[in-house]
Amino acid sequence: MRPIEEKRIVAVVGHFGSGKTEFCVNFALERAKHHKNTALVDLDIANPYFRSRERRDLLEGAGIKVYGSFYKREIAAELPALTADARSAFEDDETLVTVDVGGDASGAMIVVQFYRYFTAGEYDLLCVVNKNRPETATVEKAIRYIDEIELKAGLKTTGLINNTHLLRETTIGDVEKGYHFCQEISAKLDIPIHFSCCPVPLAEDLRRRGEETGIDYRIMPVALYMRETWLDRKP
Amino acid sequence: METMISERVLLKGNEAFGEAAIRGGCRYYVGYPITPQNELTEYMARELSKRGGAFVQAESEVAAINMAYGVAAAGGNVFISSSSPGIALMQEGLSFICSAELPVVVLNVTRGGPGIGSIQPGQADYNQATRGGGNGDYHIPVFAPASIQESIDILYEAFAMADHWRNPVMILADGVIGQMMEPVSLPEPKEPMAEKDIPLRKPWAISGTGFKDHRSVVKSLRLQPQDLEVHVHHLFEKYDQAEKELVRYDAHDLEDAEIVFVSFGTTARIVSEVVEMFADEGIKAGSIRPISLWPFPEEAFQKISPKTKVVISAELNMGQMMKDVKAAVSGRFPVRLVNRVGGIIPTSLEIFEKSRAILGEYK
Repeated sequence: MRPIEEKRIVAVVGHFGSGKTEFCVNFALERAKHHKNTALVDLDIANPYFRSRERRDLLEGAGIKVYGSFYKREIAAELPALTADARSAFEDDETLVTVDVGGDASGAMIVVQFYRYFTAGEYDLLCVVNKNRPETATVEKAIRYIDEIELKAGLKTTGLINNTHLLRETTIGDVEKGYHFCQEISAKLDIPIHFSCCPVPLAEDLRRRGEETGIDYRIMPVALYMRETWLDRKP
Repeated sequence: METMISERVLLKGNEAFGEAAIRGGCRYYVGYPITPQNELTEYMARELSKRGGAFVQAESEVAAINMAYGVAAAGGNVFISSSSPGIALMQEGLSFICSAELPVVVLNVTRGGPGIGSIQPGQADYNQATRGGGNGDYHIPVFAPASIQESIDILYEAFAMADHWRNPVMILADGVIGQMMEPVSLPEPKEPMAEKDIPLRKPWAISGTGFKDHRSVVKSLRLQPQDLEVHVHHLFEKYDQAEKELVRYDAHDLEDAEIVFVSFGTTARIVSEVVEMFADEGIKAGSIRPISLWPFPEEAFQKISPKTKVVISAELNMGQMMKDVKAAVSGRFPVRLVNRVGGIIPTSLEIFEKSRAILGEYK
Protein backbone atom coordinates (compact mmCIF):
# COMPACT_ATOMS: atom_id res chain seq x y z
CA MET A 1 0.00 0.00 0.00
CA ARG A 2 1.44 3.34 -0.99
CA PRO A 3 1.40 5.93 1.77
CA ILE A 4 -1.79 7.59 0.59
CA GLU A 5 -4.27 8.63 3.20
CA GLU A 6 -7.16 10.98 2.65
CA LYS A 7 -7.35 14.13 4.74
CA ARG A 8 -10.26 15.09 6.98
CA ILE A 9 -11.82 17.16 4.23
CA VAL A 10 -12.07 15.41 0.88
CA ALA A 11 -13.65 17.49 -1.86
CA VAL A 12 -14.44 15.72 -5.11
CA VAL A 13 -14.44 17.60 -8.42
CA GLY A 14 -14.47 16.67 -12.10
CA HIS A 15 -16.18 16.91 -15.45
CA PHE A 16 -19.97 16.56 -15.27
CA GLY A 17 -20.97 12.96 -15.76
CA SER A 18 -17.57 11.68 -14.60
CA GLY A 19 -19.16 9.91 -11.63
CA LYS A 20 -18.42 12.29 -8.75
CA THR A 21 -21.70 11.67 -6.99
CA GLU A 22 -21.56 7.88 -7.15
CA PHE A 23 -17.99 8.05 -5.84
CA CYS A 24 -18.93 10.42 -3.02
CA VAL A 25 -21.86 8.31 -1.86
CA ASN A 26 -19.73 5.15 -1.86
CA PHE A 27 -16.74 6.89 -0.27
CA ALA A 28 -18.86 8.51 2.44
CA LEU A 29 -20.44 5.14 3.28
CA GLU A 30 -16.98 3.57 3.42
CA ARG A 31 -15.71 6.29 5.76
CA ALA A 32 -18.76 5.91 7.98
CA LYS A 33 -17.86 2.25 8.56
CA HIS A 34 -14.67 3.31 10.35
CA HIS A 35 -15.49 6.69 11.90
CA LYS A 36 -18.19 7.90 14.22
CA ASN A 37 -18.59 11.42 12.87
CA THR A 38 -18.85 11.76 9.11
CA ALA A 39 -20.65 14.14 6.81
CA LEU A 40 -21.47 14.51 3.16
CA VAL A 41 -21.80 18.06 1.90
CA ASP A 42 -23.60 18.19 -1.44
CA LEU A 43 -22.45 21.36 -3.18
CA ASP A 44 -23.91 20.37 -6.55
CA ILE A 45 -26.15 23.31 -7.36
CA ALA A 46 -25.78 22.79 -11.12
CA ASN A 47 -27.43 19.41 -11.63
CA PRO A 48 -31.22 19.21 -11.48
CA TYR A 49 -31.39 15.39 -11.22
CA PHE A 50 -29.38 12.53 -9.69
CA ARG A 51 -27.95 14.46 -6.76
CA SER A 52 -26.44 12.76 -3.73
CA ARG A 53 -29.06 14.34 -1.44
CA GLU A 54 -31.60 12.03 -3.12
CA ARG A 55 -29.94 9.24 -1.16
CA ARG A 56 -30.22 11.15 2.10
CA ASP A 57 -32.12 8.38 3.87
CA LEU A 58 -29.51 5.80 2.93
CA LEU A 59 -26.68 8.07 4.04
CA GLU A 60 -28.33 9.17 7.28
CA GLY A 61 -29.16 5.54 8.01
CA ALA A 62 -25.43 4.87 7.92
CA GLY A 63 -24.86 7.68 10.43
CA ILE A 64 -23.69 10.27 7.89
CA LYS A 65 -24.86 13.85 8.27
CA VAL A 66 -26.00 15.29 4.95
CA TYR A 67 -25.85 18.98 4.07
CA GLY A 68 -26.60 20.84 0.90
CA SER A 69 -28.86 23.08 -1.08
CA PHE A 70 -32.13 21.94 0.43
CA TYR A 71 -34.63 23.19 2.87
CA LYS A 72 -36.33 20.63 5.08
CA ARG A 73 -37.10 17.74 2.70
CA GLU A 74 -37.28 19.84 -0.44
CA ILE A 75 -34.87 18.26 -2.92
CA ALA A 76 -36.33 19.04 -6.32
CA ALA A 77 -35.80 22.80 -6.41
CA GLU A 78 -33.18 24.41 -8.57
CA LEU A 79 -31.80 26.84 -6.04
CA PRO A 80 -28.27 28.15 -6.50
CA ALA A 81 -27.97 28.54 -2.73
CA LEU A 82 -26.74 26.59 0.27
CA THR A 83 -28.14 26.43 3.75
CA ALA A 84 -25.84 27.96 6.36
CA ASP A 85 -25.57 24.72 8.34
CA ALA A 86 -23.36 23.26 5.59
CA ARG A 87 -20.52 25.00 7.43
CA SER A 88 -21.02 23.06 10.63
CA ALA A 89 -19.47 19.94 9.10
CA PHE A 90 -16.32 21.88 8.22
CA GLU A 91 -16.16 23.57 11.61
CA ASP A 92 -16.06 20.34 13.61
CA ASP A 93 -12.51 18.94 13.65
CA GLU A 94 -13.83 15.53 14.67
CA THR A 95 -15.96 15.13 11.54
CA LEU A 96 -14.63 13.57 8.34
CA VAL A 97 -16.17 15.59 5.53
CA THR A 98 -16.77 14.38 1.99
CA VAL A 99 -17.70 17.21 -0.34
CA ASP A 100 -19.59 16.44 -3.56
CA VAL A 101 -18.77 19.45 -5.72
CA GLY A 102 -20.80 20.28 -8.85
CA GLY A 103 -19.49 19.43 -12.30
CA ASP A 104 -16.90 21.33 -14.32
CA ALA A 105 -15.25 24.62 -13.40
CA SER A 106 -18.61 26.37 -13.03
CA GLY A 107 -19.71 23.81 -10.43
CA ALA A 108 -16.34 24.03 -8.63
CA MET A 109 -16.67 27.77 -8.15
CA ILE A 110 -18.97 27.27 -5.17
CA VAL A 111 -16.08 25.85 -3.10
CA VAL A 112 -14.58 29.33 -2.87
CA GLN A 113 -16.89 30.37 -0.03
CA PHE A 114 -15.45 27.54 2.08
CA TYR A 115 -11.89 28.55 1.27
CA ARG A 116 -10.85 29.14 4.87
CA TYR A 117 -11.43 25.46 5.70
CA PHE A 118 -9.10 24.36 2.92
CA THR A 119 -5.69 24.87 4.51
CA ALA A 120 -2.79 23.50 2.47
CA GLY A 121 -1.89 20.01 3.59
CA GLU A 122 -5.15 19.55 5.49
CA TYR A 123 -7.56 18.79 2.68
CA ASP A 124 -7.75 16.69 -0.43
CA LEU A 125 -9.21 17.97 -3.67
CA LEU A 126 -9.62 14.84 -5.73
CA CYS A 127 -10.49 14.97 -9.40
CA VAL A 128 -12.59 12.16 -10.84
CA VAL A 129 -11.47 11.05 -14.29
CA ASN A 130 -13.43 8.86 -16.67
CA LYS A 131 -11.53 8.22 -19.88
CA ASN A 132 -14.76 7.01 -21.50
CA ARG A 133 -16.17 10.54 -21.37
CA PRO A 134 -15.26 12.12 -24.72
CA GLU A 135 -14.48 15.51 -23.17
CA THR A 136 -11.76 13.98 -20.95
CA ALA A 137 -10.59 11.23 -23.30
CA THR A 138 -7.09 12.60 -23.87
CA VAL A 139 -4.47 13.59 -21.31
CA GLU A 140 -4.43 17.14 -22.69
CA LYS A 141 -8.20 17.52 -22.43
CA ALA A 142 -8.31 16.00 -18.92
CA ILE A 143 -5.53 18.32 -17.70
CA ARG A 144 -7.31 21.32 -19.24
CA TYR A 145 -10.39 20.43 -17.18
CA ILE A 146 -8.28 20.14 -14.02
CA ASP A 147 -6.62 23.51 -14.76
CA GLU A 148 -9.98 25.20 -15.24
CA ILE A 149 -11.40 23.67 -12.07
CA GLU A 150 -8.34 24.75 -10.04
CA LEU A 151 -8.62 28.25 -11.42
CA LYS A 152 -12.29 28.62 -10.49
CA ALA A 153 -12.01 26.82 -7.14
CA GLY A 154 -8.82 28.66 -6.22
CA LEU A 155 -7.46 25.38 -4.88
CA LYS A 156 -4.84 22.91 -6.00
CA THR A 157 -5.87 19.39 -6.96
CA THR A 158 -4.13 16.93 -4.66
CA GLY A 159 -5.03 13.64 -6.32
CA LEU A 160 -6.91 11.69 -8.96
CA ILE A 161 -9.70 9.15 -8.87
CA ASN A 162 -9.71 6.76 -11.80
CA ASN A 163 -13.40 6.22 -12.47
CA THR A 164 -13.21 4.94 -16.03
CA HIS A 165 -16.40 3.04 -16.57
CA LEU A 166 -19.34 2.40 -18.91
CA LEU A 167 -21.92 1.87 -16.17
CA ARG A 168 -23.08 -1.76 -16.24
CA GLU A 169 -21.03 -2.42 -19.40
CA THR A 170 -17.78 -1.74 -17.50
CA THR A 171 -15.01 -4.32 -17.86
CA ILE A 172 -11.73 -4.82 -16.01
CA GLY A 173 -10.16 -3.53 -19.23
CA ASP A 174 -11.89 -0.17 -18.76
CA VAL A 175 -10.49 0.19 -15.24
CA GLU A 176 -6.99 -0.81 -16.36
CA LYS A 177 -7.13 1.53 -19.36
CA GLY A 178 -8.25 4.34 -17.06
CA TYR A 179 -5.53 3.59 -14.54
CA HIS A 180 -2.76 3.88 -17.14
CA PHE A 181 -4.42 7.04 -18.45
CA CYS A 182 -4.46 8.51 -14.93
CA GLN A 183 -0.81 7.49 -14.47
CA GLU A 184 0.08 9.79 -17.35
CA ILE A 185 -1.87 12.67 -15.80
CA SER A 186 -0.40 11.82 -12.40
CA ALA A 187 3.15 12.02 -13.79
CA LYS A 188 2.51 15.35 -15.52
CA LEU A 189 0.84 17.00 -12.54
CA ASP A 190 2.84 15.20 -9.84
CA ILE A 191 -0.22 14.13 -7.88
CA PRO A 192 -1.11 10.56 -6.82
CA ILE A 193 -3.98 8.35 -7.94
CA HIS A 194 -6.00 7.85 -4.76
CA PHE A 195 -8.49 5.28 -6.02
CA SER A 196 -9.55 3.20 -8.96
CA CYS A 197 -13.29 2.75 -8.88
CA CYS A 198 -14.71 -0.55 -9.96
CA PRO A 199 -18.22 -1.98 -10.06
CA VAL A 200 -18.75 -4.20 -7.00
CA PRO A 201 -19.10 -7.44 -9.04
CA LEU A 202 -15.69 -6.85 -10.66
CA ALA A 203 -13.78 -5.84 -7.53
CA GLU A 204 -12.40 -9.30 -6.73
CA ASP A 205 -11.22 -9.85 -10.31
CA LEU A 206 -9.53 -6.45 -10.31
CA ARG A 207 -7.79 -7.21 -7.03
CA ARG A 208 -6.41 -10.44 -8.50
CA ARG A 209 -5.42 -8.63 -11.67
CA GLY A 210 -3.56 -6.10 -9.54
CA GLU A 211 -1.66 -8.87 -7.76
CA GLU A 212 -0.67 -10.42 -11.10
CA THR A 213 0.56 -7.15 -12.52
CA GLY A 214 1.99 -5.71 -9.32
CA ILE A 215 -0.34 -2.71 -9.37
CA ASP A 216 -1.97 -1.44 -6.20
CA TYR A 217 -5.19 0.02 -7.60
CA ARG A 218 -6.52 1.13 -4.21
CA ILE A 219 -9.84 -0.29 -5.35
CA MET A 220 -13.01 1.56 -4.42
CA PRO A 221 -15.83 -0.90 -5.14
CA VAL A 222 -18.69 1.24 -6.37
CA ALA A 223 -22.31 0.20 -6.00
CA LEU A 224 -24.56 2.25 -8.25
CA TYR A 225 -26.66 3.74 -5.44
CA MET A 226 -27.81 6.65 -7.58
CA ARG A 227 -28.98 4.55 -10.50
CA GLU A 228 -32.38 2.90 -10.67
CA THR A 229 -32.12 -0.57 -12.22
CA TRP A 230 -34.59 0.32 -15.00
CA LEU A 231 -32.19 2.96 -16.32
CA ASP A 232 -30.16 0.09 -17.69
CA ARG A 233 -33.06 -1.79 -19.25
CA LYS A 234 -32.94 -2.14 -22.99
CA PRO A 235 -36.26 -0.60 -24.01
CA MET B 1 -15.62 15.10 -30.48
CA GLU B 2 -13.61 12.75 -32.70
CA THR B 3 -15.35 9.53 -31.71
CA MET B 4 -15.86 6.90 -34.37
CA ILE B 5 -18.98 4.79 -34.66
CA SER B 6 -17.58 1.57 -33.15
CA GLU B 7 -16.29 3.06 -29.91
CA ARG B 8 -18.55 3.02 -26.86
CA VAL B 9 -18.59 6.31 -25.01
CA LEU B 10 -20.44 7.46 -21.93
CA LEU B 11 -22.72 10.42 -22.66
CA LYS B 12 -25.37 12.41 -20.88
CA GLY B 13 -28.62 12.51 -22.85
CA ASN B 14 -28.47 16.24 -23.52
CA GLU B 15 -24.91 16.00 -24.85
CA ALA B 16 -25.87 13.04 -27.03
CA PHE B 17 -28.83 14.95 -28.53
CA GLY B 18 -26.45 17.70 -29.64
CA GLU B 19 -23.83 15.39 -31.07
CA ALA B 20 -26.42 13.26 -32.88
CA ALA B 21 -28.02 16.36 -34.39
CA ILE B 22 -24.67 17.66 -35.66
CA ARG B 23 -23.79 14.25 -37.08
CA GLY B 24 -27.24 14.10 -38.69
CA GLY B 25 -26.56 17.29 -40.64
CA CYS B 26 -27.74 20.07 -38.31
CA ARG B 27 -25.79 23.28 -38.80
CA TYR B 28 -28.08 25.79 -37.12
CA TYR B 29 -29.37 25.79 -33.57
CA VAL B 30 -31.54 28.41 -31.94
CA GLY B 31 -32.45 28.09 -28.30
CA TYR B 32 -33.27 29.64 -24.99
CA PRO B 33 -32.18 28.01 -21.71
CA ILE B 34 -34.59 25.93 -19.65
CA THR B 35 -34.08 22.99 -17.29
CA PRO B 36 -33.78 20.01 -17.85
CA GLN B 37 -32.23 20.50 -21.31
CA ASN B 38 -29.58 23.16 -20.65
CA GLU B 39 -26.57 20.94 -21.32
CA LEU B 40 -27.82 20.65 -24.92
CA THR B 41 -27.90 24.42 -25.41
CA GLU B 42 -24.42 24.61 -23.87
CA TYR B 43 -23.20 21.80 -26.10
CA MET B 44 -24.44 23.50 -29.26
CA ALA B 45 -22.99 26.84 -28.14
CA ARG B 46 -19.61 25.16 -27.75
CA GLU B 47 -19.57 22.69 -30.64
CA LEU B 48 -21.60 24.04 -33.54
CA SER B 49 -19.24 26.84 -34.58
CA LYS B 50 -16.33 24.36 -34.58
CA ARG B 51 -18.25 22.24 -37.08
CA GLY B 52 -19.09 25.01 -39.54
CA GLY B 53 -22.48 25.85 -38.04
CA ALA B 54 -24.10 28.72 -36.19
CA PHE B 55 -25.57 28.97 -32.69
CA VAL B 56 -27.92 31.70 -31.57
CA GLN B 57 -29.23 32.17 -28.07
CA ALA B 58 -32.56 33.84 -28.66
CA GLU B 59 -34.13 36.33 -26.26
CA SER B 60 -37.12 34.04 -25.70
CA GLU B 61 -38.73 30.85 -26.98
CA VAL B 62 -41.05 32.91 -29.18
CA ALA B 63 -38.01 34.52 -30.79
CA ALA B 64 -36.27 31.14 -31.08
CA ILE B 65 -39.03 29.43 -33.02
CA ASN B 66 -39.37 32.39 -35.37
CA MET B 67 -35.62 32.48 -35.97
CA ALA B 68 -35.84 28.76 -36.78
CA TYR B 69 -38.70 29.61 -39.17
CA GLY B 70 -36.35 32.03 -40.94
CA VAL B 71 -33.40 29.61 -41.09
CA ALA B 72 -35.64 26.84 -42.46
CA ALA B 73 -37.14 29.19 -45.05
CA ALA B 74 -33.62 29.96 -46.25
CA GLY B 75 -32.92 26.22 -46.58
CA GLY B 76 -30.81 25.60 -43.46
CA ASN B 77 -31.03 22.42 -41.38
CA VAL B 78 -32.19 23.89 -38.10
CA PHE B 79 -32.65 22.39 -34.65
CA ILE B 80 -34.50 23.89 -31.70
CA SER B 81 -34.95 22.49 -28.23
CA SER B 82 -36.70 23.42 -25.05
CA SER B 83 -38.70 21.90 -22.23
CA SER B 84 -42.46 21.78 -21.74
CA PRO B 85 -43.42 25.42 -20.93
CA GLY B 86 -40.88 26.65 -23.46
CA ILE B 87 -42.33 24.39 -26.16
CA ALA B 88 -45.76 25.75 -25.23
CA LEU B 89 -44.52 29.22 -26.14
CA MET B 90 -43.40 27.93 -29.55
CA GLN B 91 -46.77 26.58 -30.65
CA GLU B 92 -47.80 29.54 -32.77
CA GLY B 93 -44.52 29.31 -34.68
CA LEU B 94 -44.91 25.57 -35.21
CA SER B 95 -48.37 26.10 -36.73
CA PHE B 96 -46.93 28.74 -39.09
CA ILE B 97 -44.00 26.48 -40.02
CA CYS B 98 -46.34 23.55 -40.75
CA SER B 99 -48.46 25.77 -42.98
CA ALA B 100 -45.37 27.15 -44.72
CA GLU B 101 -44.13 23.53 -45.10
CA LEU B 102 -40.67 24.02 -43.68
CA PRO B 103 -38.34 21.46 -42.09
CA VAL B 104 -37.39 22.07 -38.46
CA VAL B 105 -36.30 19.48 -35.90
CA VAL B 106 -37.78 20.16 -32.47
CA LEU B 107 -36.73 18.46 -29.24
CA ASN B 108 -38.86 18.65 -26.11
CA VAL B 109 -37.13 17.40 -22.93
CA THR B 110 -40.33 17.25 -20.95
CA ARG B 111 -40.87 18.22 -17.32
CA GLY B 112 -43.82 18.43 -14.97
CA GLY B 113 -46.80 20.69 -15.68
CA PRO B 114 -49.23 22.37 -16.05
CA GLY B 115 -47.89 25.91 -15.96
CA ILE B 116 -44.31 26.38 -14.89
CA GLY B 117 -44.80 23.05 -13.08
CA SER B 118 -41.57 21.47 -11.84
CA ILE B 119 -38.16 20.63 -13.25
CA GLN B 120 -38.65 16.92 -12.61
CA PRO B 121 -39.55 14.58 -15.51
CA GLY B 122 -43.06 14.27 -16.93
CA GLN B 123 -44.95 13.01 -19.97
CA ALA B 124 -47.86 15.42 -19.81
CA ASP B 125 -46.97 17.06 -23.14
CA TYR B 126 -48.41 14.11 -25.05
CA ASN B 127 -51.49 16.05 -26.13
CA GLN B 128 -49.50 19.20 -26.84
CA ALA B 129 -47.15 17.21 -29.10
CA THR B 130 -49.58 14.90 -30.86
CA ARG B 131 -52.57 17.26 -31.18
CA GLY B 132 -50.57 20.38 -31.78
CA GLY B 133 -50.85 23.36 -29.48
CA GLY B 134 -51.08 25.83 -32.33
CA ASN B 135 -54.07 26.87 -34.39
CA GLY B 136 -55.43 25.21 -37.48
CA ASP B 137 -55.33 21.79 -39.11
CA TYR B 138 -51.81 20.39 -39.04
CA HIS B 139 -49.74 17.50 -37.75
CA ILE B 140 -46.19 17.05 -36.58
CA PRO B 141 -44.61 13.60 -36.56
CA VAL B 142 -43.60 12.90 -32.95
CA PHE B 143 -41.10 10.27 -31.83
CA ALA B 144 -40.58 9.24 -28.22
CA PRO B 145 -37.24 7.50 -27.64
CA ALA B 146 -36.84 5.35 -24.53
CA SER B 147 -33.05 5.47 -24.36
CA ILE B 148 -30.19 7.77 -25.25
CA GLN B 149 -29.11 5.43 -28.04
CA GLU B 150 -32.58 5.51 -29.55
CA SER B 151 -32.62 9.31 -29.24
CA ILE B 152 -29.33 9.44 -31.15
CA ASP B 153 -30.68 7.17 -33.88
CA ILE B 154 -33.89 9.20 -34.29
CA LEU B 155 -32.17 12.60 -34.22
CA TYR B 156 -29.58 11.36 -36.71
CA GLU B 157 -32.29 10.75 -39.30
CA ALA B 158 -34.67 13.54 -38.22
CA PHE B 159 -33.10 16.25 -40.38
CA ALA B 160 -33.42 14.20 -43.56
CA MET B 161 -36.95 13.24 -42.50
CA ALA B 162 -37.96 16.87 -41.93
CA ASP B 163 -36.50 17.80 -45.33
CA HIS B 164 -38.34 14.93 -47.00
CA TRP B 165 -41.72 15.79 -45.52
CA ARG B 166 -41.12 19.55 -45.50
CA ASN B 167 -42.56 19.58 -42.02
CA PRO B 168 -41.31 19.89 -38.44
CA VAL B 169 -40.37 16.61 -36.76
CA MET B 170 -40.57 16.46 -32.98
CA ILE B 171 -38.64 14.29 -30.55
CA LEU B 172 -40.36 13.96 -27.18
CA ALA B 173 -37.72 12.89 -24.66
CA ASP B 174 -38.57 13.21 -20.98
CA GLY B 175 -36.24 14.81 -18.47
CA VAL B 176 -34.80 11.47 -17.36
CA ILE B 177 -33.45 10.78 -20.85
CA GLY B 178 -31.98 14.28 -21.02
CA GLN B 179 -30.25 13.98 -17.66
CA MET B 180 -29.23 10.32 -17.46
CA MET B 181 -25.92 8.81 -18.57
CA GLU B 182 -25.69 5.85 -20.94
CA PRO B 183 -22.94 4.06 -22.87
CA VAL B 184 -23.66 4.72 -26.55
CA SER B 185 -22.25 4.38 -30.06
CA LEU B 186 -22.28 7.40 -32.33
CA PRO B 187 -22.93 7.20 -36.07
CA GLU B 188 -20.59 8.57 -38.74
CA PRO B 189 -21.19 12.28 -39.43
CA LYS B 190 -23.27 13.02 -42.51
CA GLU B 191 -22.03 15.62 -44.94
CA PRO B 192 -24.21 18.69 -44.31
CA MET B 193 -25.91 20.33 -47.27
CA ALA B 194 -23.57 22.89 -48.83
CA GLU B 195 -25.03 26.37 -49.13
CA LYS B 196 -24.47 26.38 -52.89
CA ASP B 197 -26.58 23.21 -53.24
CA ILE B 198 -29.62 24.64 -51.45
CA PRO B 199 -31.26 26.24 -54.56
CA LEU B 200 -31.11 22.89 -56.36
CA ARG B 201 -31.95 20.54 -53.50
CA LYS B 202 -34.51 22.79 -51.84
CA PRO B 203 -36.03 24.69 -54.77
CA TRP B 204 -38.75 26.02 -52.47
CA ALA B 205 -36.19 27.77 -50.22
CA ILE B 206 -35.75 31.54 -50.25
CA SER B 207 -32.27 31.44 -51.63
CA GLY B 208 -32.44 34.13 -54.30
CA THR B 209 -33.47 33.55 -57.88
CA GLY B 210 -30.01 32.29 -58.90
CA PHE B 211 -30.48 30.12 -61.95
CA LYS B 212 -34.19 29.67 -61.16
CA ASP B 213 -36.83 31.37 -63.27
CA HIS B 214 -38.95 32.26 -60.26
CA ARG B 215 -38.75 33.62 -56.76
CA SER B 216 -39.64 31.21 -53.96
CA VAL B 217 -42.37 32.44 -51.67
CA VAL B 218 -42.76 31.16 -48.11
CA LYS B 219 -45.99 32.10 -46.36
CA SER B 220 -48.81 30.85 -44.20
CA LEU B 221 -51.27 33.62 -45.06
CA ARG B 222 -53.94 32.61 -47.58
CA LEU B 223 -56.78 35.11 -47.60
CA GLN B 224 -58.81 33.44 -50.33
CA PRO B 225 -60.91 30.70 -48.67
CA GLN B 226 -60.64 28.51 -51.76
CA ASP B 227 -56.85 28.81 -51.76
CA LEU B 228 -56.65 27.93 -48.08
CA GLU B 229 -58.97 24.95 -48.51
CA VAL B 230 -56.83 23.61 -51.35
CA HIS B 231 -53.73 24.15 -49.20
CA VAL B 232 -55.18 22.34 -46.17
CA HIS B 233 -56.20 19.39 -48.37
CA HIS B 234 -52.70 19.35 -49.82
CA LEU B 235 -51.24 19.22 -46.31
CA PHE B 236 -53.54 16.35 -45.36
CA GLU B 237 -52.58 14.30 -48.42
CA LYS B 238 -49.04 14.60 -47.07
CA TYR B 239 -50.11 13.67 -43.54
CA ASP B 240 -52.08 10.66 -44.86
CA GLN B 241 -48.91 9.40 -46.47
CA ALA B 242 -46.88 10.13 -43.34
CA GLU B 243 -49.36 8.09 -41.31
CA LYS B 244 -48.57 5.11 -43.54
CA GLU B 245 -44.81 5.53 -43.57
CA LEU B 246 -43.79 6.84 -40.16
CA VAL B 247 -45.42 4.36 -37.78
CA ARG B 248 -42.88 2.89 -35.36
CA TYR B 249 -43.30 0.74 -32.30
CA ASP B 250 -41.94 -2.18 -30.33
CA ALA B 251 -44.26 -5.01 -29.37
CA HIS B 252 -43.39 -8.02 -27.25
CA ASP B 253 -45.15 -11.18 -26.10
CA LEU B 254 -48.65 -10.20 -27.22
CA GLU B 255 -49.60 -13.82 -27.96
CA ASP B 256 -51.25 -15.39 -24.91
CA ALA B 257 -50.70 -12.28 -22.78
CA GLU B 258 -53.20 -11.94 -19.94
CA ILE B 259 -52.25 -8.33 -19.45
CA VAL B 260 -50.74 -5.93 -22.01
CA PHE B 261 -48.84 -2.75 -21.10
CA VAL B 262 -48.66 0.30 -23.31
CA SER B 263 -45.99 2.84 -22.42
CA PHE B 264 -43.50 5.19 -24.06
CA GLY B 265 -40.18 6.81 -23.19
CA THR B 266 -38.78 6.31 -19.71
CA THR B 267 -41.95 4.60 -18.51
CA ALA B 268 -41.34 1.80 -21.04
CA ARG B 269 -38.02 0.98 -19.38
CA ILE B 270 -39.75 0.57 -16.02
CA VAL B 271 -42.51 -1.50 -17.64
CA SER B 272 -39.93 -3.91 -19.07
CA GLU B 273 -39.10 -4.80 -15.44
CA VAL B 274 -42.78 -5.08 -14.58
CA VAL B 275 -43.33 -7.60 -17.39
CA GLU B 276 -40.64 -9.80 -15.84
CA MET B 277 -42.22 -9.47 -12.40
CA PHE B 278 -45.46 -10.85 -13.86
CA ALA B 279 -43.54 -13.68 -15.52
CA ASP B 280 -42.04 -14.55 -12.12
CA GLU B 281 -45.60 -15.02 -10.84
CA GLY B 282 -46.49 -17.19 -13.85
CA ILE B 283 -48.65 -14.47 -15.45
CA LYS B 284 -47.99 -13.71 -19.10
CA ALA B 285 -47.63 -10.01 -19.73
CA GLY B 286 -47.09 -8.36 -23.11
CA SER B 287 -46.06 -4.86 -24.06
CA ILE B 288 -46.49 -2.28 -26.78
CA ARG B 289 -44.12 0.66 -26.87
CA PRO B 290 -45.21 3.36 -29.32
CA ILE B 291 -42.09 5.05 -30.69
CA SER B 292 -44.07 7.26 -33.06
CA LEU B 293 -46.76 8.97 -30.97
CA TRP B 294 -48.10 10.64 -34.11
CA PRO B 295 -48.79 8.65 -36.15
CA PHE B 296 -49.99 6.42 -33.32
CA PRO B 297 -49.15 2.75 -34.03
CA GLU B 298 -52.72 1.45 -34.14
CA GLU B 299 -51.66 -1.65 -36.08
CA ALA B 300 -49.78 -2.97 -33.02
CA PHE B 301 -53.07 -3.26 -31.17
CA GLN B 302 -54.46 -5.63 -33.80
CA LYS B 303 -51.91 -8.17 -32.55
CA ILE B 304 -53.29 -8.34 -29.02
CA SER B 305 -54.55 -11.84 -28.28
CA PRO B 306 -58.28 -12.37 -27.59
CA LYS B 307 -57.13 -14.02 -24.34
CA THR B 308 -55.96 -10.67 -22.99
CA LYS B 309 -58.06 -9.52 -20.05
CA VAL B 310 -56.92 -5.92 -19.68
CA VAL B 311 -54.69 -3.33 -21.35
CA ILE B 312 -52.76 -1.00 -19.03
CA SER B 313 -51.68 2.42 -20.19
CA ALA B 314 -48.70 3.38 -18.01
CA GLU B 315 -47.91 7.07 -18.20
CA LEU B 316 -46.42 10.04 -16.35
CA ASN B 317 -49.58 12.09 -16.93
CA MET B 318 -53.31 11.79 -16.25
CA GLY B 319 -53.92 9.38 -19.14
CA GLN B 320 -53.37 11.46 -22.24
CA MET B 321 -52.14 8.52 -24.33
CA MET B 322 -54.86 6.27 -22.93
CA LYS B 323 -57.40 7.94 -25.22
CA ASP B 324 -55.36 6.86 -28.26
CA VAL B 325 -55.01 3.38 -26.76
CA LYS B 326 -58.78 3.15 -26.29
CA ALA B 327 -59.35 4.22 -29.89
CA ALA B 328 -56.81 1.65 -31.09
CA VAL B 329 -58.37 -1.30 -29.20
CA SER B 330 -61.88 -0.18 -30.30
CA GLY B 331 -63.62 -1.62 -27.27
CA ARG B 332 -62.15 -5.11 -27.64
CA PHE B 333 -60.44 -4.86 -24.24
CA PRO B 334 -60.85 -2.76 -21.13
CA VAL B 335 -58.14 -0.10 -20.91
CA ARG B 336 -56.97 1.14 -17.51
CA LEU B 337 -54.49 3.76 -16.39
CA VAL B 338 -51.52 3.32 -14.05
CA ASN B 339 -49.76 6.62 -13.61
CA ARG B 340 -47.86 9.13 -11.51
CA VAL B 341 -47.65 12.87 -12.07
CA GLY B 342 -45.90 15.86 -10.57
CA GLY B 343 -42.44 14.69 -11.58
CA ILE B 344 -42.68 11.44 -9.62
CA ILE B 345 -41.44 8.30 -11.32
CA PRO B 346 -43.09 5.12 -10.10
CA THR B 347 -41.00 2.12 -9.18
CA SER B 348 -41.49 -1.11 -11.09
CA LEU B 349 -42.92 -2.62 -7.91
CA GLU B 350 -45.53 0.13 -7.71
CA ILE B 351 -46.66 -0.41 -11.32
CA PHE B 352 -46.62 -4.17 -10.77
CA GLU B 353 -48.78 -4.05 -7.66
CA LYS B 354 -51.29 -1.59 -9.08
CA SER B 355 -51.69 -3.49 -12.34
CA ARG B 356 -51.88 -6.88 -10.61
CA ALA B 357 -54.76 -5.52 -8.54
CA ILE B 358 -56.46 -4.27 -11.71
CA LEU B 359 -55.95 -7.64 -13.42
CA GLY B 360 -57.63 -9.24 -10.40
CA GLU B 361 -60.81 -7.33 -11.22
CA TYR B 362 -61.05 -9.07 -14.61
CA LYS B 363 -60.22 -12.66 -13.57
